[in-house]
Parts: sequence; structure tokens; C-alpha cells
Amino acid sequence: MNNNSITSDVLVVGGGLVGAAIAWGLLDRGLTVTVLDEGDIALRASRGNFGLVWVQSKGDKMHEYARWTRRSADLWPDFAEHLAEETGISPNYEKPGGLHFILSEEEDRRVRAQHQRMHDVNGERGYGAEMLDRQQLDKLVPGLGPEVISGSYCKHDGHANPLLLLHALHKGLGLRGGRYIPDGRVETLERDGDGFRATTSHGSYLGGRIVLAAGHGNKVLGPMLGLDVPIHPEKGEILVTERVAPLLPMPTHVLRQTNEGTIMIGDSHENTGYSTDSVIPVMSGIAQYAIRCFPALRNLRVVRSWGAVRILSTDGFPVYQQSTDFSGAYTINCHSGVTLAAAHAGPLARMIAEGEFEPEITAFSPRRFDHA
Amino acid sequence: MTQLKDVVIIGAGPAGMACAVEAASKGLSTVVLDENPQPGGQIYRAIESATENRLRVLGQDYARGRELASEFRQANGVDYRPGSTVWNIGPDRLVEFSRDGKSSAIRAGHLVVATGAIERPCPLPGWTLPGVTTAGALQILLKTSGITYEGAVLTGSGPLLWLLAAQMVDAGSPPKAIVETVPRERLFRTLPELIAALGAREYLLKGMSMIRKVKRSGVRIHLGAEDIAIEGSGAVSAIRFRSKGTEHRIATDTVALHQGVVPNQQVTRLLGCRHFWDDNQKCFRPELSEDRETSCAHVYVAGDGGGIEGAKSAEMQGRLVGLAIAEKEGRGTGPRITELRLALKREARVRPFLEKLYTPSRQILHPDDATVICRCEEVTAGSVRETVAQGAPGPNQVKSFLRTGMGPCQGRICGLVVTSVISESSGKSPDDVDYYRIRPPLKPLPLAELADYSADMPDSRDPA
Amino acid sequence: MPKRIDPDTETVTFTFEGQIIRARPGDTVASALAASGIRHLRDSAVSGEPRGIFCMMGACFDCLVEVNGQPNRQACMTPVSQDLAVSRQRGGVEVKI
Repeated sequence: MNNNSITSDVLVVGGGLVGAAIAWGLLDRGLTVTVLDEGDIALRASRGNFGLVWVQSKGDKMHEYARWTRRSADLWPDFAEHLAEETGISPNYEKPGGLHFILSEEEDRRVRAQHQRMHDVNGERGYGAEMLDRQQLDKLVPGLGPEVISGSYCKHDGHANPLLLLHALHKGLGLRGGRYIPDGRVETLERDGDGFRATTSHGSYLGGRIVLAAGHGNKVLGPMLGLDVPIHPEKGEILVTERVAPLLPMPTHVLRQTNEGTIMIGDSHENTGYSTDSVIPVMSGIAQYAIRCFPALRNLRVVRSWGAVRILSTDGFPVYQQSTDFSGAYTINCHSGVTLAAAHAGPLARMIAEGEFEPEITAFSPRRFDHA
Repeated sequence: MTQLKDVVIIGAGPAGMACAVEAASKGLSTVVLDENPQPGGQIYRAIESATENRLRVLGQDYARGRELASEFRQANGVDYRPGSTVWNIGPDRLVEFSRDGKSSAIRAGHLVVATGAIERPCPLPGWTLPGVTTAGALQILLKTSGITYEGAVLTGSGPLLWLLAAQMVDAGSPPKAIVETVPRERLFRTLPELIAALGAREYLLKGMSMIRKVKRSGVRIHLGAEDIAIEGSGAVSAIRFRSKGTEHRIATDTVALHQGVVPNQQVTRLLGCRHFWDDNQKCFRPELSEDRETSCAHVYVAGDGGGIEGAKSAEMQGRLVGLAIAEKEGRGTGPRITELRLALKREARVRPFLEKLYTPSRQILHPDDATVICRCEEVTAGSVRETVAQGAPGPNQVKSFLRTGMGPCQGRICGLVVTSVISESSGKSPDDVDYYRIRPPLKPLPLAELADYSADMPDSRDPA
Repeated sequence: MPKRIDPDTETVTFTFEGQIIRARPGDTVASALAASGIRHLRDSAVSGEPRGIFCMMGACFDCLVEVNGQPNRQACMTPVSQDLAVSRQRGGVEVKI
């Protein structure tokens, strides 16, 4: 036994959006929580999030995911308000609806078909997305380029500032009495009595339960507790412009204006392993697409760029799993850390606290890949 | 097809010019990219267009830049491209730059980073007010436009502060006051370094004569100043400080700050070169080999970008790097490399004394909670400390949470202060705290220019 | 107070906020404005506080002005030329659709 061990009800491995939201939620249920995080330089997908709270198109082939996403979007207004009240840091959530620009007939057909498939995904509460023609789009967002022929609008979509969200969650963790350990990269995990022991380079930590929310780190850590985590990296790059007077009334799938006024431009999908490098041809392509959608942006200056790796499962949907070999061990993986933050802090944290997933959530078990 | 050049040099200051001259003289194809319209860098800024009057005021050490600039202009085989802003260096030293609103690229066989120094940030209460500049800014105004200021107050420490004061005296506008922050007892503590510096006594004599000149002209000099604050509403109107136990307030519309200069790390950080914290210079420096090659193969640093050693050393380092590259490329260079190494060692003898005597003041290394340290995003030292107390492990997490370094200067001004405040609050060494991750574009770049750019586009002005 | 040390050779004029500014060859927009005693070049996009020149070498981005309708130009990196129309950068960029 290491005398330095600190014991908590729950150990959360990973201090990104997923880990911090779950930890914040667990703390609200009276549990003691220790969050073990890496250092300043780590993959940190949470620092590379685009910031959409996005409902449309999510879960086309897995309606449980569509409903889970919508549930989170519905919880977001209260979640944001609660967080801001408690920490004084607003995640700047806004829900003006969101737009997906369509630039080709083929894409128009594809999105219409998707709307058809998903129209009853939430039963009478509705899917919430509708197709808009060019005239309707012009009324909503003036200044679109000539190539934009139509768009898909969803009133449940919105956006938040992912960095302020993460900051607020970290501050909230502290205020709720949680323990946050930076530079605490976990090297080994093991059973210790009825609980778990996580060992870092500077000490070990004990917890009655353990939640692996370490992003790509879960792939290495999961098997130590009998959890197979079928995830892979996919890089996305983002450009950020100088500050602009209010211009975009709502977020879109490739462009959004932040609360500070900068315009974020993104949506690349690169299969380059765990590299987070900025790649100029990709950045150039992102810039081209943004100008096609919104030509008035052409003279704006790009101040920053970044790259981060998404956490994707084979089918792109979340992987939530409770270990069968090690009762009390969970792994939580998804690439929509902002959209799902409200669901993670609320219902998911409750399910982990109570030790049982709702039936609908079991759809996210990696067992779905067994027969593939 | 992207052009390939033997040597691409970023920066046309003394290091860049000297490097180009040497590399081209050995028959290497050499390109120099520089942001300014004229060669010279900051130290010899506007050297080619300086009037006789300006040369007199700015002094011998400035005027000698003319020789190097003319050697550079006359060198055969140097492809000099002024007005070029390098905004990225891609894999295998693909140097991507903007010129006249259009971007293109050159692949460098060897890349020489000669981007020099920037002024150390001096966060003080009121330092964002119009009328407060760096001392370097006033000197640049003098060099480029023959502008001086009457009634200015210079504050901080370091040779440049006294040099600027002496130049202002010669320009007929002595500063109203010098508010120096060097603690009075420090001079005695630097005796060993002072003795070692006697080998470079021309610097000491020069420094003493500058200080004498300023004193003789009747400039009020306050030594050992602490708790400096700049006041004003809309623009600076006064500077307040404590010296020898007395509070002072001097009315002025111009305050120049200086606490030495530090390497401009943007390019070497972008490239991922290894850096280390130099506790004497209180800054990060890239790790360099004897030939000034970084931890990235074929990437060199010449001049103050590798550590502060001054203009003369920068020129010698430029020559050394040019010759070292030529040697690698199989061109004979004779005994000059050895001679330059020796001369650089001699030249460096004065540095330990200057570094110790002019260690930046505590006030700017560890600013008060209320002081803004990130000028672009207006983030205070206190909010950085609070974020570290919440657990943020380093500058990149602090940047995410507070936007320090996210503004248009891209962290150039706040970077070192943020590292130093995190180090102080967390108890980690500056090396462990480390620095911002620098990504492209190195300077803001129009979206359309990025969209239109392809590395294979030839520069329209290249000879066919 | 700023003062020029060379004899008067002003040959270029441009405007700042509509006011005519006399400049000399070799000046940047920033140096010509400095010589004219104009210190307030922009209002911060964060707090709205006034800012002026700071580093004069293209590093600090504090001297941002609007030049011929182009926002956020570095005054210290923009050479003067006849009839430039320069104005204060007030907060964020206005994008004209």
C-alpha cells in the first residue's frame, strides 16, 4: 500500500470536456471525486473543439444517439445557466438554430433523404430540422456565396465556447470540492480491494469506482480493466480570424462567430494518426470552402490555426461501457464533448452514481461491434 | 514546381546580411526574406536612407551598419526579397511567405533563422496607455523618421536605455528623466563579472561615456526605482514610482519602457526546435551546436534569436553560419570558422556582467495581480495566477482558459511573462512550464491569400 | 512632444480621421502620426480602451488602423503614400456583405 494514496468515491481519468462534465455531475450527487489529468501538452481534443451544440444529422444510423444528442441539447440551457451561476464563467451558450450549407444537387438529395429517415426519430417531439431554399436562406443569413443552393436548418442547434465551458467545469470542480490533479498522467490501473488504484508518475490514487474519460488514452487504459475501447483518431483543423463586428446570426457546420467576435472555420477530416500538426494545404482548402460559402470573409485575416484529433469509434457513435469483469469501472468515449456535455453532467453522471445505465444507453456498448 | 535554394535566410539584420554574404561567396544559392523595405534589421533600421544628421545622432555603432549593408547589396548571388513576411515553415524546410499580397514558397536546403530579438515585455500598471512605448520604438522612430521626443521619461534598465538617452541628448531633446530600476546594491554584487568583463573594456568605457553624457546634460536620474505606475486618462500624463524611500511623480506625455531584449522565438518554436531557459538572460533560447545548428537538422539560428549577444556578435554569427553551411556543402572555408569562434568568445566576455547588472526588475517579472500582461486580450497577472491555482498546468491550458496569446500578436508580447507567472505560482521551473505551442500563420494572413495559395505556385517575380 | 531632427522636407500628405497629415518619405503611417502628435490610434476590441504605437517593429499589433477601408492594418508596417485615408480602428472589423 502506498501511504500517499488518496482515496475518493470515484476516480475520473481525464480532465477534458467529458471527464470534467461527468466529475462535476458526480460531485453534485455528494460523491467525492478525484480527476487525474495530463499536463499542458497532451492530445486534448477538448482544446480543439469547434463549439457546436449540434443536433441535426447526428445519429442517422443509430437513433439512440440521435435521441441522446437531442436530450443533451434540451438540457443545455439549464446546464449553461447553472454553470455560469456557480462559477461566474458563462460558456456563452446560444441557441439560434444552426445551418448546414448545401453546395450541390447531390448533397441536397442526400440531406433530404436523411431528413426523411430521421423525421420520427424523436416521435412527436420531432426531428427539428427542415430544408430551406436559397430565398429562405438569404433571409436568415445575408451574404451567402452563389454556390450555396439550399440549406438544412435545425432549431435545436446552437453553439457554446468550448474553452470557457472547460474552464467553467474546472472551476466548478474545485468549488464543489473535487480534487483536480494536473500532470497526473495515469500509467497503470488495477483492482485494489473493492476499488481501483491508478498510478501516475508522482503517486497513486484510489477510488471506489473509476471512469475512464481520457480520450485516446482510453485505448491504452481500458484493457487494464478489461475494457476494449475501439476508437481511432481523425484530425480536424480549424482557422480563427481576427475579431469581427456581429456578422453571423447563427452557427453553421463550417463557420461560426464566437462570443468574442472571431470567426472559426473548420471541418477537415484527416486520417493522419495522432498528429495534431497544422497542414497548409488542408488550411488552404478550409479557407477556400469558407469563401465559397461566405465570400465577404475573404479579406479577413487568419490569426490562429490549430489541429486536434477527434475520438471516433468504428461507426462514429459514442462508446459507453461498464466493465463486466471489474464492476465499477466505466469507459466513456465520444467526439461531441460540447454537445453531450449537458447529458454527461446530468443523466450520465447520475447513471454512473447509481451504477446502472438506462436501457437506451446500453446501445452505446462496444458489444455492437462484436457481430460486425 | 517549388524552388529549391541552398540557403534561405529569414531576416536581413546584421546576422542575416552577413550570413548571406558568406554563403553566396561560396557559390551557394542564397535567398534572404525580410519583412522590412530595407536591409538592416532593427539595429540598423533605415541605415541606407539615414541622413547625415541622423547618423551623427545615432552614433558610430549605428553608422557602421552602412558597410555591412553595402557589402550585402554588392554580394553576387544573393536573392534579397524585402517586404516578405514568412508565415509558415512546412515539412522539409518549405518556407512559405507573403509578398505584395500573394503567397509563395521556397524550399531551403539549409534554413537560417535570423529574426533577432524583441523587447522584453514590461508589464506595469498603465503600460497600455497611448504615449507609452518600448525604448526600441523611440529609437526606431529616430532611425526611420528622425523623430525624437521632448520631455520623455525613460524607465527600466539596460544598455539600450542609456544609449537612447544619449542619442536623445545629441538630438537636442534630452529626456526629462531616467527612472532606472537597478537596485543600488547590485553593482557591488556584480564585481566578479565586472572584472571578467575587463577583457572587453571598450564596451565598459563606451557605456560609462554614454552615462556621463546623459548626466552632464542635466537629465534627472532616479536610481533603484520601484513600484512604477503610469498614469493617464486616454493617454499617459505622468509616471509615479518610489526611489530611495521617496515617492515621485513626474508629469510627461511620453514614457519609454525597457528591460533588455529577448530572442524572438516564433520561428524556432514553430519548427519545434528544442529550447532551454537561460536564467541569466531570463528568457528561452534555442539549443544550438557550436555551428549554431538547432535540434532540427539543417536549421540554424544566427544573431540574437539564439540568445542576446549584440549586433557585432550577430554579424559574426551570421558569417560563421554561412561558412559552416558552405563547409557542409563541401566548399572550402579555410581557417575563418575557427577565427570567428574565437572572436565570438572574446566578444561575449562583457555579457555576464551586463546580464547580472541588468537583470529585469522584479516588478515586471512578477507583476501585481491587477496588471495586464496580455495586451491583446487584456488579461491580468492575477487571473493567470487564479487559473494556475485551479490546476491549469501550463501556458497552453492557461491560453485556452483566458485567451492569453490568442490575439493578433500571437503571444509575442505576453509569452515570457505568462511562463514566468505560471512558474512562480506553480513552483515549476520555467523549463517545465515551457511555452506556447506556436502554429501557422506566424503573422495574420488574409483568408483569401491562404485560399489562393499553393506551395507549387512560382513567385511571379522570379526570373524564369 | 515629438520633434523632427531633420530640416523640413515634407512631401507626402494623407488623412487621419479626415485631418490632413504631412509626412516625409521613409515614414510609416505610425511614424507620421507620431510626428504629428497623434497618440490614440485605435480602441481595443476587448475593452474599448485607447491604444497607440508600442513596439514600432511589427510585433505587438497595438497600432492597428484602418487604411483605405482595410481594417486592422499595422500602422508601423505601412509605408505612407500620397492620399492614403487612415482612420482609427474601433473595436472589431466591420465586414461589408
